Order: sequence, then C-alpha cells, then structure tokens
Amino acid sequence: MSYEHEDYPEDPFPKDFGYGAYDQDGLDLEANASNNSETKPRILLMGLRRSGKSSIQKVVFHKMSPNETVFLESTSKIVKDDINNSSFVQFQIWDFPGQIDFIKPPFDSDMIFRGCGALVFVIDAKDDYIEALRKFKDTVIEAYKVNPHIKFEVFIHKVDGISDDSKMESQRDIHQRSSDDLSEAGLDQIHLSFHLTSIYDHSIFEAFSKVVQKLIPQLPTLENLLNIFIPNSGIEKAFLFDVVSKIYIATDSSPVDMQIYELCCDMIDMVIDLSSIYSSEETAFDSGSSSLIKLNNNTILYMREVNKFLALVCILREENFNRQGVIDYNFICFRDAISEVFELRLKRQKQLQNPDQDDDELADDRGLTMGGRLNHDNDAAAVSRAP
Amino acid sequence: MKKKVLLMGKSGSGKTSMRSIIFANYVARDTTRLGATIDVEHSHVRFLGNLVLNLWDCGGQESFMQQYCTQQPDNIFRNVEVLIYVFDVESQELERDVHYYQSCLEALLHNSPDAKIFCLVHKMDLLAEEQRDIVFKVREGDLIGLSKPGNVTCFRTSIWDETLYKAWSSIVTMLIPNVAALENSLTHFANVIEADEVLLFEKATFLVISHCQSKKNRDSHRFEKVSNIIKQFKLSCSKLGAKFQSMEVRNNAFAAFIDTFTSNTYIMVVMSDPNLPSEATLVNIRNARKYFEELENPNNVATNHHNHKYH
Repeated sequence: MSYEHEDYPEDPFPKDFGYGAYDQDGLDLEANASNNSETKPRILLMGLRRSGKSSIQKVVFHKMSPNETVFLESTSKIVKDDINNSSFVQFQIWDFPGQIDFIKPPFDSDMIFRGCGALVFVIDAKDDYIEALRKFKDTVIEAYKVNPHIKFEVFIHKVDGISDDSKMESQRDIHQRSSDDLSEAGLDQIHLSFHLTSIYDHSIFEAFSKVVQKLIPQLPTLENLLNIFIPNSGIEKAFLFDVVSKIYIATDSSPVDMQIYELCCDMIDMVIDLSSIYSSEETAFDSGSSSLIKLNNNTILYMREVNKFLALVCILREENFNRQGVIDYNFICFRDAISEVFELRLKRQKQLQNPDQDDDELADDRGLTMGGRLNHDNDAAAVSRAP
Repeated sequence: MKKKVLLMGKSGSGKTSMRSIIFANYVARDTTRLGATIDVEHSHVRFLGNLVLNLWDCGGQESFMQQYCTQQPDNIFRNVEVLIYVFDVESQELERDVHYYQSCLEALLHNSPDAKIFCLVHKMDLLAEEQRDIVFKVREGDLIGLSKPGNVTCFRTSIWDETLYKAWSSIVTMLIPNVAALENSLTHFANVIEADEVLLFEKATFLVISHCQSKKNRDSHRFEKVSNIIKQFKLSCSKLGAKFQSMEVRNNAFAAFIDTFTSNTYIMVVMSDPNLPSEATLVNIRNARKYFEELENPNNVATNHHNHKYH
C-alpha cells in the first residue's frame, strides 16, 4: 500500500529513535561481553548484488509493497542499515558489491561477525548461482573462523513464478554444491539451512520467522507458555508476532498453517494501517492496541498487545469467545509471564555489565521498565547503553 | 433502477483493470493477466438495493472507437448517465487521444445531454512523485477546456494506491438517488452515539458512499485509504474462503468498529473514547440497522417499522 510513501516520510523509523547505542561502539561493547548477552537477536543479510537484499529489507521492515521494489535503484556501495528501533529483532543488512571483498581490510570481519546470531545469504534462484556460491563459501569460512556459533541460513530467493519441481531442483542443487564446497574446505560440521523465498508472498516472512526463532534462547519457555495458555482459554492457535516485521517469534506446538499465518499477518497490517490513520503513525501500536475480527466461518481472530514490540494473535471458535473474561484474564497472566522472562534476561545482562551495582538500584530500574510505559523508550535505551 | 455507465478510453489505458479491481475483487497485480477488451463488454453490478450499474466497458482499439462514433452512436451513447473516460498519463500520442475523446463527447452531448462526464488521468504511478501534481494540474486544465460546452470532473488515478477508490467513490455517490437523506441520517446517528466519524461502505466494492465527521482528522485521504485497507483484508479472508462479519480495532486513542449494516452496506464507526465499552457501540449500530434498511429500500416498508430509536 503505497500511500505511506506519499504522505509520510519515506523511512518511518528514524535512525536516532533512541537506541543510538548500536553503532560501531555498540558492536565493540557486544564483542567484549563475551557470552553473547544481548537481548535482541542480531541478523546479517548478505548476498551478491541484485540478489534482492534491498527489496527484502524494504518489504519486510519498511512495508513497501512488493511491486514497488522494481523501482529500487541498485545499491552500488556498501550499505549498512540498522533496524533496531522498533523491532524485537535487531537487523543489520550488509550489501556488498561483487568486486569489493569485504573480508579483507579495511573491513573488519571480526567486528562484523562477532555478536551476530545468524547470517542470511541471499541467492537469486533465477540467476546463475555459481558466483554466489563461491562468495557464500568464502563468507562462511571467514565467519565461522570468527564466530563458530553463527547460524548459516540460505535464502533461495525470487522463486515466485518458478514451478515447484524446479524450486526443489535448485534447492537440492544449491544444497549439494555448498555442502561439497564446505567439506572440501574441511568444515563438515557447519550446518546450513535452506529456505525458498519470494517477496510476492509470505514465504519471506515465514523464512525469517524460522531464522529468528533459532536465535531466541527463551523460545522453549515462550512455546511452553503458549502451550499452557491456549488450551486453558479455548484457543486453537496463537502466534507471538514481532509487529514491525510480522515475523512470528513463537507459536504453540500445533502445526502452522501457512494460510492462517498469512491472514494473521494481514490482520496486523490492517490494524496498524487503520490505527495510523486514526491516531498517528508513531502511536499506532500502543499499550491499548487490540483487535477483534469475526469471520463468517465461525472463527474469531483476536489480537492483543504484549509489549512495545510484540503482539499475540489468537485464532479461536466463536463459541469459545463467550468466555472472553477468562481469555483476557489468562492473557494478562501470559503477558506478565513473558515480561518476567525478558526481565530476567535484562537483569542478568545488567548484572554482568555492572557487577558492582547494588540490588536496590536494580530493583528500582526494573520497576520503571515494567511500570512506566511513558518512559519505556528511555528505559530501554538506558539498558542498552549501560556501560 | 438501471443506470448506464460508459467506460471509454484508448486501448491499454487501463479501463478493464480498474473495473476488475473495483467490481471483481482483483488485486492490482492480477490485472497483468487481463487481455484486450473486444468490442463492448457489458456487466451489471448491483449496487445498493435497487440501484444497478449497467457498465459498458468499451474496447479502445481504433477500429472500435471509429465504429462507436460513426456506425452505432445511438446504441452506445443513448440514455447514458455517466461517461468515464480514461487517459493514460504516459501516452505518446496525446493528440490522437484527445481527438477520440472529443468525438465521443460530441456523440454523447448529442444523445444524452444530461450525462455526467468524468475524466480519469490514469497510471499516475508511472510518474515520479514530485511530478504528479504538476502534470495532473496541466492535464486537468486542458481537459476542462477541451470538453466545452460539457462539464467535466477530473481525477488522477492509479491502480496501485487508494486514488482509484477516491475517483470511483465520488462517481458512484453521484448515482445514488437518496444520498442526501442517507447523509442526514448518518450525521444524526453519529451525533446521537457521539462518534467521531461514521463511514458507510457499499458491501461488494467497499467504496465509501456516505460519511460524516464531527472531529477533525489530519488525513484528508483517509476514506479511500480505509476503503483500500479493508478491501485488502477482505481479499485476504477470501483466500481462506471466509468473509469477515465484523471487526474492532482500538488503541489508547480511538476505537473503530466495522460491522455489516444493511443488506448492501458495511458501516464503520470511530469513537475517541476508548473507555466506552465496545458492546454499547455495537448495540447502537444494531439498533440503527433497521432504520437505514428502510431508507435504502423505501418500497419494502410493508410492516410497521417506525419505532427506530438509537438508544
């Protein structure tokens, strides 16, 4: 929906939104905190030129409609775009043209790969991918040297309009070649994951969801919470969404139906778009955000705000919604539990960074982050900036 | 009540694409599959109760265009309520476009002197954003001059954004016979339930056919944006073979309720007091339904439905 780009500034997430800490100093800071103690997963997006990185970035994080990406100019120099401000996930997109070798100086591969959770390598399925695979091999070897915990994810991209058979064929071929390359280099132990993606459907969101879920250490706890919440509330399926990117960071253990997931994505789009019109772009998603949709097939979609980044979308039968009180009560318990899970992590991180800070102060800070919604921005910024 | 609507313009200007999006639930991307229209394609669109739009989508290739004006002007141009003429903003042969436009206009003014004329300057998305205003202003001026003695209203449109909804919404509203009564009742309703804004949508197209507001909103394009947003969501639901019956969206600043209203409309009510229980607004909407149903179908008032209270 292109009107966002007509009436509003193109980039709805100003870079100086309050989380200024993740520039290079921020990276150093993370590199020092050796046990990867950041609260947000960090992802690098890499690939050859014209493989579709900028389009992915625009579609997933800036809500550009896919057909408009054809107007994007090709990125001619190295571009680093941080999308930290509004998303639960911390992304860095590195776009490197083929002729520049980012591994060699002046680029510090140490700085790039350390503290990074996953490396997403984008390969254009409609192009000859030999060159891409060569680059991929070099990247993997270098990244693994610096950071052996990094997860390698390959997006076989632009698969819209390709038949299912040839999709499978190129996935098999790319898998085979890249594994051979790595075992030649003596790195058999590296695990690669492959995803077939396109910006014209929801496969790109689905793939990102899977990538992000691997990076969330709390995932089993979140899934557990959802598994408890759902049957007790008469809900059939629930997704915990990162609102900005529409990535689901957790869901219950029942199988995911892609169509239902797409509908939930579209619901979030609709809610945010409508809220931007009737409140304002900046406050579209706030602590009171919720939505309820009744479909004619006896189904209800119910969305509630969980925290500044996250929303829960539930799918349930209409008759089970008669007990909305129970659902709402359970939801509040669920939300409290989630904030406890993340608080715990924040607290531990603070303790690691300020070993001599006394407990009283810590408790005060915690109270603020939990209670003071108005100051939420500042608090979170303070947390990530803590020396 | 049938109203004849002519959709004309040069071949490839986008007539069938916009018709498919507005009336046949196409997504903008799907319109690439449409082929050229041969001769005239008739379609009947039931729109609000007893109003039926009789849409004549006239193929725009030159041989057809000549045929319309010379061989069968009676058939095409008689009893026309509305002429919608589509111009491709990027067209290379502007003079020829204008020539055909003027022949059509002449035939129309001769056969249906009371017809309303709309010109859509289409495919605006192909222009750079900063040029759109300037180009449209120039075209609009030209078209108004060229159309004398007829009166013409111009819109800039693109199938990729909400401008398409704005144009069609304005055109269609003009065809609804009791639109003034509808708007009055809607305003009254909004005042009684203390709503910031009430929008009435046609059920199939989600075009805004009536609206009233009591609180200022900074976004003057919001009606067509809302049309677009809800229509997109409706299409998402239809992928699962479902339709939505009602929805509620709220945050700390507002609460919006979209609900099936009469047999041909959806209503959207926007409240700025989020503390008001949803159920109160929903009951009010439910109670107003019967009254608006009567307003829409005055002929069907067989029973004694005159106790329409809102509260």
